[in-house]
Amino acid sequence: MKADPAGVLTGAHYLDGDFACGEGAMAAGCRFTAGYPITPSTEVVERIARRFPTMGGLFIQMEDEMASMAAIVGASWTGTKTLTVTSGPGFSLMMENIGLAVMMETPCVVVNVQRGGPSTGLPTMTGQADMMQARWGSHGDYEIIALSPQSPQEAFDLMIDAFNLAELYRVPVLFMMDECVGHMTEKVVIPPAEEIEIVPRTLTSVPPGEYWPYHVNGKYVPEFARAGDGYRFHTTGLTHDERGYPDMSAECQEKCVHRLLEKIKNNADKIVRFDEEQTDGADVVVVSYGITARVARMGVDLARKKGLKVGIIRLIVVWPFPEKRIRELAGNIKAFVVPEINYGQMVLEVERCAAGQASAICVPHGGGGVHDPNDICEAIVRAAK
Amino acid sequence: MSTVASPEELYCHNVLRPGNTNCAGCGMSIGLRWLDEALDGEKPTMVIPACCGIVTAGAFPTTAFGVPTAASTFASAAAVASGISNVYELNGESNVVVCWTGDGGTYDIGVATLSAAAERNENVLYICYDNEIYGNTGGQRSSATPEGVVTSTTPKGKSERKKDMMAIMAGHRIPYAATLSVAHRDDFLRKIRTARKTSGFRFLLMLSPCPTGWKSDPEESIDLISYAVRSGLFPLYEIFDGIRYRLNERPDGMPVEEYVTRQRRYTKVPTDVAPLKSYIEDQWRYLDAMAKAFPADGGVNPCHRIPSEDHDRKGE
Repeated sequence: MKADPAGVLTGAHYLDGDFACGEGAMAAGCRFTAGYPITPSTEVVERIARRFPTMGGLFIQMEDEMASMAAIVGASWTGTKTLTVTSGPGFSLMMENIGLAVMMETPCVVVNVQRGGPSTGLPTMTGQADMMQARWGSHGDYEIIALSPQSPQEAFDLMIDAFNLAELYRVPVLFMMDECVGHMTEKVVIPPAEEIEIVPRTLTSVPPGEYWPYHVNGKYVPEFARAGDGYRFHTTGLTHDERGYPDMSAECQEKCVHRLLEKIKNNADKIVRFDEEQTDGADVVVVSYGITARVARMGVDLARKKGLKVGIIRLIVVWPFPEKRIRELAGNIKAFVVPEINYGQMVLEVERCAAGQASAICVPHGGGGVHDPNDICEAIVRAAK
Repeated sequence: MSTVASPEELYCHNVLRPGNTNCAGCGMSIGLRWLDEALDGEKPTMVIPACCGIVTAGAFPTTAFGVPTAASTFASAAAVASGISNVYELNGESNVVVCWTGDGGTYDIGVATLSAAAERNENVLYICYDNEIYGNTGGQRSSATPEGVVTSTTPKGKSERKKDMMAIMAGHRIPYAATLSVAHRDDFLRKIRTARKTSGFRFLLMLSPCPTGWKSDPEESIDLISYAVRSGLFPLYEIFDGIRYRLNERPDGMPVEEYVTRQRRYTKVPTDVAPLKSYIEDQWRYLDAMAKAFPADGGVNPCHRIPSEDHDRKGE
């Protein structure tokens, strides 16, 4: 279906990534947001708090991030598209309820405008060190979807995708911005509502009385019944059967958790997204994401001027990871170079997929700034030898 | 040789040292200096969660705290202080452990750890500097924000009343709770000393002027708090053992408009003060009833394990 024009601020704007992210959420049909102030993400909800009354949306400032995450899980069960926004310390507090959303299969979107950590770290300065927390932060086995925009324009565009993926796979989608993109102001073009494709909630066609909340009928994702529509449903963070009722058995655990993993894993080809450039015949491929992808491009240009054959993979969907493509490339190149604003997180995934066929070289940055492109160029030069 | 002490020698062991980046007219600065003065040379251990207090007063080279200071996570000041205080006690060390927190860390995200520490009656002096806003993140509403105030997350004005944190803390039956005004210096110092001489959990609530958040003139900060007290909006009172009330100062008829119109956070023009007037009326009806039914002076100690008569006479 097409986007509701009430939430779409069509036109060319000069916006920072935080505001563009908020506009993307509203264009995607988000009408409930719960949040708690935290730098550098607060502008997202400030934008939404001002704009929501014009489109019948509701923003609630909660008492902390645990409550914010829990509120969007609850609100999503009414069939509404929901969002919360935070940064590192708040992301940590949300982890238990992100796991709840995974287990209950609750569509929702969580924005993390990353700053330097650990702990309070660098509240006003950039970081990309929550990437593994996005993948593994809540306890137990699960698969997750995470995206990383490189510009305010992409903060808008990818928010639409984030909400659509949340609906398609009934999973919390994590939107891993960084402070640089969040506070960078650029031109953002918002298309007319009729050009924005929206995935609505897949409501069940089964009549009340015959409905089982987690019966998938041979598919991966169950159909949804909204609270208040007359369906009797039971949803829980406990291991549950197709009726939604807790079943404390190893057999049920296997069935329940297995499907949570498979619905993402077996659809990974549809979910995975990346930009690829000049990888044919390349000796070195630079893998990066977010603001670092833009800095890395400068490093790649420097290396190409030296005559080196360098390709680029820019991750757009970060989780699930483009395992297949990295494996294929690993057989044809000498090395991957992975700059990121942390001490080596996504590089571990590159290394795992390269499986010894090509080396994976980390170009770390502790946070609070971006790489010097010369450092990335030097790493490429070393890798090409 | 000069016998005049350098500023470093004079101030380096103060709780709040010079050179911090607090805003002009910030109530928190005054509060920290008066806390230092009222402790009469004793050096506290400070626990400060995420708030202006740890940012504007705590970053090198503008480091301001001249005493041991632990910066906790936002939600955990009272829990961190509980740990410190218990080990001091275990080791037989005498030290005053002070939580110094904003309203966000007290009324909202920190309320669970605060409530639990109060319920355990931890030996902690908890002081909330309440500027009625998330100042550190640029001015969002908190549950301490008064009705009608415009913030970045209440663009049409907040529709709920300010949470009554004193009543909540009184409900924990802690030995001592009191409100502090930076416009009433003697009363302020006396209450800190009373709190210091009381053992167990003590809660002090200071209305802290915030020119940046309140959009007021920094030089009017003290006047504003004076108007808040005189209009009855911010009553000065003490609660002993959570049940015995002493009111320190009655409203003198100062119109609340004097307070409201000097700040641009109350932006409805002309400012509708009816909700604030009914808030003041309800608040005083409640306090008068409590003080009459459960007077601190000459009353009996109804329930608490800490003998508490004449707390403040001993303190003076």
